[in-house]
Amino acid sequence: MGFEKLIERTLPAGVSRRAFLKAGAAAGGGLLIAVGLPGLMGEAEAAEKGAEFAPNAFIRVGGDGRITLVMGQVEMGQGTYTSMPMLIAEELEVSLDQVTLEHAPPDQKAYGNPIFVVQMTGGSTSVRGFWTPLRQAGATARTMLVNAAAQRWKVDPASCRAERGTVIHPSSGRKLKYGALADAAAGLPLPEKVALKDPKDFKLIGTPHKRLDSPDKLNGKAKFGIDTQVPGMKIATVAACPVFGGKVAKYDEAAAKAVKGVRQVVAIDNAVAVVADHMWAAKQGLAALNLQWDEGPNAKLSTADIVAQMAKAAEQSGIVAASSGDVAKAGAAAPVKVDAVYQVPFLAHATMEPMNCTVHYTKDACEIWTGTQVIGLAQLFASKASGLPPEKITVHNHLLGGGFGRRLESDYVYQAVLIAKQVEGPVKIVWTREEDIQHDMYRPYYYDRISAALDDKGLPVAWNHRLVGPSIVDRYFPGLLKPGTPDPDAIEGAHETVYDIPNRHVEYVRYEPPGIPTAWWRGVGPTHNIFVVESFVDELAAKAGKDPVEYRRALLGKSPRALAVLNLAAEKAGWGKALPAGSGRGVSVQNVFGSYLAQVAEVEVGKDGSVKVKRLVCAVDCGYTVNPDTIRAQIEGGAIFGITAVLHGEITLKDGRVEQSNFHNYQMLRINEAPLIEVHIVPSAEAPGGIGEPGTSALAPAVLNAVYAATGKRLRKLPIDPAQLTAT
Amino acid sequence: MVTLNINGKSHQADVTPDTPILWTLRDVLGMTGTKFGCGMALCGACTVHLDGQPIRSCVTPVAAAAGKKIATIEAIGLSAAGKHVQDAWRELDVVQCGYCQSGQIMSATALVAKNPNPSDADIDAAMAGNICRCGTYVRIRAAIKLAAQKAHGPARAAAVTASVEEA
Repeated sequence: MGFEKLIERTLPAGVSRRAFLKAGAAAGGGLLIAVGLPGLMGEAEAAEKGAEFAPNAFIRVGGDGRITLVMGQVEMGQGTYTSMPMLIAEELEVSLDQVTLEHAPPDQKAYGNPIFVVQMTGGSTSVRGFWTPLRQAGATARTMLVNAAAQRWKVDPASCRAERGTVIHPSSGRKLKYGALADAAAGLPLPEKVALKDPKDFKLIGTPHKRLDSPDKLNGKAKFGIDTQVPGMKIATVAACPVFGGKVAKYDEAAAKAVKGVRQVVAIDNAVAVVADHMWAAKQGLAALNLQWDEGPNAKLSTADIVAQMAKAAEQSGIVAASSGDVAKAGAAAPVKVDAVYQVPFLAHATMEPMNCTVHYTKDACEIWTGTQVIGLAQLFASKASGLPPEKITVHNHLLGGGFGRRLESDYVYQAVLIAKQVEGPVKIVWTREEDIQHDMYRPYYYDRISAALDDKGLPVAWNHRLVGPSIVDRYFPGLLKPGTPDPDAIEGAHETVYDIPNRHVEYVRYEPPGIPTAWWRGVGPTHNIFVVESFVDELAAKAGKDPVEYRRALLGKSPRALAVLNLAAEKAGWGKALPAGSGRGVSVQNVFGSYLAQVAEVEVGKDGSVKVKRLVCAVDCGYTVNPDTIRAQIEGGAIFGITAVLHGEITLKDGRVEQSNFHNYQMLRINEAPLIEVHIVPSAEAPGGIGEPGTSALAPAVLNAVYAATGKRLRKLPIDPAQLTAT
Repeated sequence: MVTLNINGKSHQADVTPDTPILWTLRDVLGMTGTKFGCGMALCGACTVHLDGQPIRSCVTPVAAAAGKKIATIEAIGLSAAGKHVQDAWRELDVVQCGYCQSGQIMSATALVAKNPNPSDADIDAAMAGNICRCGTYVRIRAAIKLAAQKAHGPARAAAVTASVEEA
């Protein structure tokens, strides 16, 4: 996501990424290990300043032998609730079914993500952030349990070993279960140093393991935020002004109250909620309100206005994101020049679980039930809305019915608290799908100008890329982005590419669109940049008259891992083998989120211009593999997410309003449109990379390059417009 | 007050006859396994069975269920086909976020119950109404085939296919 780089830049050089650990007795008995990360301060500096210990996760070994991991990372489908326990179980020498995971309460200090400092699940960072700390914590707990057993038996700890939750003294045949040792271990000093396993001795890590969260997701038992039930709870649904920045003007409260089951109508500045006994009554009541709006300054805004402003902004130079060599000089001397404009649309997240938040507000406390990727921020937003201090606000987190970046935002929590302040007793606010799509915070529109100069062999000697888009980082983390520096997320995948091109210049022009809020969306900055870079490299190959895979190979001399995934994907896809007329193969390769991925898409273009993705072959090197089945699932799902956007995804504004409203006009890919997907994993001993988002960011260029191979038509704007592809 | 037969039990709900089954289940009877996704029969998250047929409960009023049997995700594992579908889902680790999966499993169960050997086209026809935003389609397709095999056995499935082809 670029965040980790942003944070790293603020770290002093050579800061240890080693975890701080503390051990002690758990409340109610057993051993508790707290895991803390150095964060912004180095270990030595932290010790020097006497910084308060701030753990990021807790492991509890109970007297019953149960291992509980309490941590802030949330499960939104990406498999975190399986991969995190695997890291601990491996070093602790317990089986995975002995580990349970609890949602952490909102405590920034206690549960912050070591990468993000704030408690956040996003940017494909969970395994990357916790890879070393959780293994260290597991190894520490194991060492203490072994030491406790050795003390009891009066033997050398080195003569004992741990296995499946039991400490064994092989020479005497004595055994003690962890549960029986937990209290004694809690009284022992923290070992100075523990050795982590040699990866060749891993028993769990690297092997496929079934998801721990799936049984309850098959029988209706899994609880998402929207499933919250609190005694005395009412149900509300809400309509905010359809034009962003507008306000409530008037409404017919009596008409809504005439609906059976409607209890109350609540207005806030820009929205009206109807509180009822159940959602049906609330929806009927909302429809009866005959809402009138004061639409404000954006009442006439359209997408075309925004695009025109962006095109103009693209004429201006921006902040330099990367510069090497002499682009002007190299370009002037080169015989061939290519330039292009690329555009990607606004997109909604459309998580299957619509936005919702349950709130019980009283004058001196506020209790919240929801699903959020940022429980600590949700607490802060609730504090702001309620006027209560954060410590008076309790947030209960749940499984997320999809995140994709939408639940990194807390707008729905803020709004829910404002509404709940006017309601006696608990109230669950549920957005309709229409509200969810029309009041999302959207993946930004980006407008890119890109050019290159080719030498007499057709290879690029100069590369000039100017991208125009907003800064989500600056909105999200006010003050973190220094003036004159580019948004690190917006440029990721553009400022550095896998290719060896001698003269490069990349610029970022910040442009904040009026009248539409923007936010992160699965694949974040790279989803846009990889589309542009990988489409444009394909254009260069075509201009040079070279095969797209061959052409890329020639540019990957300094990136052996990228070359390896490219070669593997090409081989598995049968690159170069003949396809029927109207079909084509396209390729993309990338290194983002700490992982390398190549995709080869095979498409079929109908005479009516319709595009069907038939097959997708993916080769991934995401470093050390924790759960290979999760990697496959994430690449498959990420790719489907990308195909949805390429074929169907577009949010447009007319008269200031989002034109799309539900799945009939904001379409999702369906099973009949889903391709065969193969995922090949390259074994690697490198540090683990992210896996939740690469599948999405690599997808669009692979498909559009395949469309070019099938039709000879180069599309530079998403989504695919079939009218551009009709057979002539 | 309406009376509904849900998972073999009789339930009373104080709702108007036009109230969709979905909200009656979730908000009135407290059965939250059936999910809300769109409210317009576009996504399939709310799928339940009405006399064995998969229906979208978000647009089906309780009046339409009078005298009929509703089956939901909470009890679908009690049916043979439902159990096989759940087992296949687990075996192939289909779920990701899981939110749409109640509806997916209800649609898949209806298919597997009546079709011993579903083809890709059969699966497309039965499942295209169920959206999964996490993109688990590849595994859903494989799991339905596995579930059909578990439910009907490869030999029996082949025999049924043969008899269908002969006919």
